[in-house]
Amino acid sequence: MGRLPVVFAALSLALILAVLRGVRRAHIRVEYSVAWLFAALLLLSLSLSDSALRWAGTLLDSSDPTAALLVVCGCIFVVVLYRSSLRISGLKDANIALAQRVAILEYRLESLDEKIASQTTA
Amino acid sequence: MTTRNPAPGKLLILIPAFNEEGAVGDVIGEVHAVMPGVPVLVVDDSSADGTVTRAREAGARVLELPHHLGLGGAVQAGYRLAFELGFEYVIRIDGDGQHDPRYIPGILETLQKTGCEMVIGSRFVAGNGVHFGPMRALGIFFFRSVLRPILGKPVHDPTSGFVGVNRTALGVFSRSFPLEYPEIEALVVLQRRRFRFVEVPCRMRPRRSGRSSITAVKSLYYIVHVLLGVFVNVLKIERRRK
Repeated sequence: MGRLPVVFAALSLALILAVLRGVRRAHIRVEYSVAWLFAALLLLSLSLSDSALRWAGTLLDSSDPTAALLVVCGCIFVVVLYRSSLRISGLKDANIALAQRVAILEYRLESLDEKIASQTTA
Repeated sequence: MTTRNPAPGKLLILIPAFNEEGAVGDVIGEVHAVMPGVPVLVVDDSSADGTVTRAREAGARVLELPHHLGLGGAVQAGYRLAFELGFEYVIRIDGDGQHDPRYIPGILETLQKTGCEMVIGSRFVAGNGVHFGPMRALGIFFFRSVLRPILGKPVHDPTSGFVGVNRTALGVFSRSFPLEYPEIEALVVLQRRRFRFVEVPCRMRPRRSGRSSITAVKSLYYIVHVLLGVFVNVLKIERRRK
């Protein structure tokens, strides 16, 4: 096994530990941790298994298994990041709509209070 | 220029503001002087200074956003409220004093007479040209050229935020409005709906306080962001045609 798969295995382990720590401290919600854990486990198994790495190399028509590992790694992270971007965009839209709605409701409540106050005074 | 006021409850002056305590009070005072009795709504985009206090002291109503949404989010919040309250026309001016409120009656009159969905206060029509730095002038020229074939007619001042809309456009913008750099994309949103716009001449002044949100570093990001937004909206136009 070359040095690169060992580095990838170490990085995968670090990612798994970081994600689990994030979940335990409630910094990452469980539903968002699944994709990262899945990606890290896949990378870890590819890095540790020579046969899996060779199989990935054959699948990608590459004689260099470490190049195949890099391609698979890149693809996995692109997918996970794309999914995250989709979620973040959706949440941002929902957040903007919610903030606008809160502001409008506060405004209308304030107007109603003023109306009631003026009627009470009259 | 006429200063005839519309019927009560028909027109709202919308001022999006973010850290504009140095100018917003004077702007509101000028609006009241030009359009007495017309309600002024300041949308405060979570300012850290005394913008809200100054606006209230000057006699405006304030819509306070719970956190910073950016220009588009603030303007859309104002449009949403105006639409829900039943206003017929909304004219948006900046809170930094760059837009001269004396041109509001002209924009309102054009909205009413032409029936166009949107009227833009333009720095470049009827010889009202102003001088910018070469980069900004190049940017405006670039966007004019990009928008010309999309809109089917020239637009002289696509980045102007001095804009009046009628209730039809208000309904659309309250549901769908570009959130970050809204002026240029809003024109393409209008085109998607086959709405009409017209430009009227107006003079703009130097800002009285604060700094422009568009710095030199942000300019490139601005161009890419707006181009992408325009492109996406053009794709929506094409899909609608099919």
